[in-house]
Amino acid sequence: MQHPSVEQVWDWLSAVPDPEIPVISLTDLGIIRDVEWQGDTLVVTVTPTYSGCPATSIINLDIETALRKKGIEKLELKRQLSPAWTTDWLSEDGKRKLEEYGIAPPQPAGGPDRCPRCGSQNVEKVSQFGSTPCKASWRCKDCLEPFDYFKCI
Amino acid sequence: MTRDEALFEYLLRLGDNTLILGHRVSEWCGHAPVLEEDIALANTALDLIGQTQLWLGLAGEVEGKGRDADTLAFLRDAWDFRNLLLVEVPNGDFGRTLMRQFLFDAFHSILLGKLMKSSEPRVAEIAEKASKEVSYHLERSADTVVGLGDGTGESHARMQAALDYLWPYVGEMFTGDEVDAEMADAGIAPDPASLREEYDALVGKVLAEATLEIPDSQFAHKGGKTGSMHTEHLGHLLTQMQWLQRAYPGASW
Repeated sequence: MQHPSVEQVWDWLSAVPDPEIPVISLTDLGIIRDVEWQGDTLVVTVTPTYSGCPATSIINLDIETALRKKGIEKLELKRQLSPAWTTDWLSEDGKRKLEEYGIAPPQPAGGPDRCPRCGSQNVEKVSQFGSTPCKASWRCKDCLEPFDYFKCI
Repeated sequence: MTRDEALFEYLLRLGDNTLILGHRVSEWCGHAPVLEEDIALANTALDLIGQTQLWLGLAGEVEGKGRDADTLAFLRDAWDFRNLLLVEVPNGDFGRTLMRQFLFDAFHSILLGKLMKSSEPRVAEIAEKASKEVSYHLERSADTVVGLGDGTGESHARMQAALDYLWPYVGEMFTGDEVDAEMADAGIAPDPASLREEYDALVGKVLAEATLEIPDSQFAHKGGKTGSMHTEHLGHLLTQMQWLQRAYPGASW
């Protein structure tokens, strides 16, 4: 039997949503580091976002479920710690989708450049930590709405 | 002591620090003075527990006796723990919890920076991962120490009391023994004493901004990292943390 191509597998993975922020996919998030066939085993290399992120085990389960549905029988999920995940690996598409969803995308300056709701640049930090390990809490001083900011790491 | 035996001990020290502090900080979950603080503390605890899984997981691998991170965390007794005494002392009030967090975060961030250059790649890659998380912990705890220290009369007094209480636990971070010497020789980890200067500079700067005075005493409580003498508090903590695995061995979900 012919293997599905690596490109095909990447395409399937791009349809698996992040369990915490379902508006972006696992490939948008940049945590799938490699896909390759080793003989008749498909090896998918995944890096965790934060070491204690409870979504990590769900993500592995979701990858396995999605690929099994596509008929992949021999599958190995490999954890890779280094190089450590960085928000630089978020796709441009992913950043756009985050902002549309109401989460300010990461900025090299270390804080959001504008409120994802009204676009004002008059924003302030509430806390370095937010509703998930990858986010911080910010507030817009014009529309007065609190919002999540996807932390730069 | 072989190099692997020393590495195992050293990894227990790293993993037990994050495990015990992570457990202590998690005790605040649902009790912090404001919602943002509750979330920040829970996130910090979560990062620390995540790092524990990596450190203790590697410790089990190095030991080679089939013990995984869970076995090491839940089935050792107090005398086998290798954490600093600082991280096992009770939380006290919110100010003391944040002061302890700051004193540890400053040490943790400096240590991880050195471990990223470890000659042992498995240590370096965990340090690389953890160090990104810890930079946020340090930013948060330093900001809060300054906010409360240089705050109201009441908050200042509580932060000074916290510093007076916790300072004697700082010295243990920089004590060394044959495990540290073996790690330093192998280029796996730095000599703890070599971290002191950078630590004093960092902590001194933040505490000065917080208008707090560092106690004028070199006395240091010791015995946690070597396991020779923990405080009475560790056993009480373990009865809570390990209860489920002790009562229902092998339970999982």
